[in-house]
Amino acid sequence: MLEVRNLHVHFGVIHALKGISLTVNDGEIVTLIGANGAGKTTTLRTISGLKKPTGGEIILDGVDITNTSAQERVKMGISHVPEGRRVFSNMTVLENLELGAYLRKDKEGIAKDLKKVFDLFPVLADRRKQLAGTLSGGEQQMLAIGRALMSRPKILLLDEPSMGLAPLLVQEIFNIIKDVNSNGTTVLLVEQNARMALQIAHRAYVIETGRIVLAGPGAELMESEEIKKAYLGG
Amino acid sequence: MEQLLQQIVNGISLGSIYALIALGYTMVYGIIKLINFAHCDIYMIGAYVGYVCMAKLGLGFVPSLLVSMLVCTLLGVAIEKIAYKPLRNATRIAALITAIGVSLFLEYTTMFFATANVRTYPPMTGFMAKTFKLGDVVISAQQILIAIITIILMVLLQLIVKKTRIGKAMRAVSLDKDAAELMGINVDSTISFTFALGSALAGAAGILVGVYYNSINPLMGVLPGLKAFVAAVFGGIGIIPGAMLGGYVIGIVEVFVAGLGYSMYRDAVVFAILILILIVRPAGLLGKNTREKV
Repeated sequence: MLEVRNLHVHFGVIHALKGISLTVNDGEIVTLIGANGAGKTTTLRTISGLKKPTGGEIILDGVDITNTSAQERVKMGISHVPEGRRVFSNMTVLENLELGAYLRKDKEGIAKDLKKVFDLFPVLADRRKQLAGTLSGGEQQMLAIGRALMSRPKILLLDEPSMGLAPLLVQEIFNIIKDVNSNGTTVLLVEQNARMALQIAHRAYVIETGRIVLAGPGAELMESEEIKKAYLGG
Repeated sequence: MEQLLQQIVNGISLGSIYALIALGYTMVYGIIKLINFAHCDIYMIGAYVGYVCMAKLGLGFVPSLLVSMLVCTLLGVAIEKIAYKPLRNATRIAALITAIGVSLFLEYTTMFFATANVRTYPPMTGFMAKTFKLGDVVISAQQILIAIITIILMVLLQLIVKKTRIGKAMRAVSLDKDAAELMGINVDSTISFTFALGSALAGAAGILVGVYYNSINPLMGVLPGLKAFVAAVFGGIGIIPGAMLGGYVIGIVEVFVAGLGYSMYRDAVVFAILILILIVRPAGLLGKNTREKV
């Protein structure tokens, strides 16, 4: 589905990504874990087109999309839930979800997907007229995920969905990610909460200062001594 | 009492003009955080286009209004593309200085072609020359026209912003550019559209002023522009209803100060209001110092 080859990104003189390569296969949940500042968010932002790479290729379903705009990538099926949720705070829940389907023209399909999102997140249905900025952190995260699903993506990029949420909510969000995935959406998940991420991921990559240092099945990495020490707290 | 009502009528006319201009300032600020100093000159160009249409081409008021709005729309979009877009990622001060440059460029280019002389709109005829008396309050047809056109344009603007797809895109971009881009919104064309809307309103304000006050000149935009900017800040910059409210308040205050016999101080009073607002409510009357949940 998605293939990233030897991706380089610079911020001015800072070399943030130093040749990242990763693959996400159809139907998988793949997680990218690592410490703060390792380049996780930059990787996602480059895949979704918000950041231009200085080298390397991004390939979606066999098509090189490295030089396409963020807008075109949404059309091609990449949907990105950014770090910090970034819901449109002064707009209603419903307007936020409608914006998620901004590029779609199929009214019926949109209505159907809206219903699906409301089934997935009943709390959003109750608050559809409420301004997104007045939602709690967990609800905003649900809205951000719902909004991303409204474009009917092939692959969902999730950046730190657990950030700032209470443990119970974190569990709920991860259950939802599993649900979304089992309904056929491929997921690339970036997380600092490595334990949770590895539990639901089919495969995982570990990123350290702009390089992939380890890769393997989620369960396997969970058992690795190195990972335990560095990311799972011993 | 009649005196009071008369001043309110006059104030609403002037306030409508300020409100129309203020909307352009506030929308552009809302979306790219730029105070577009050239905006007041788009208004001036609107007045000149109206003049050419009515005095030289002999067009009626409504066709002239539409031509004026159209020309200003194109001008606004062109200015954005040529002057501001290349600076999208530059510092805000660079864009601001560029805006001042564009403003001077428009003023003196107009002066070059149209000379610095004051031009007068042709005298109004027919309905447009009528005045109505309600008791001792005199209302001219032009004042009614200004009020009605302003209201129509504001209602249209609200409909566009609230109900249409591009309006939603505008709001999304002004709230969060990155997130808007992730929705598949074309940020550049949304910004262009915002300039187009604001400039069309300024064009309408220009021709209305021409019809109302009769005389126009290449520097006519400077002071009304500043006052409209005050109106936008007064209402809360970036907030569309705020600009409308601010425009009317500033217009009415100005007319009242003049009506009380302090004509000399009317500009000073307007700017004193700006200072006061910045001290007491920096976010403006309708502005909120929003705190976001994390």
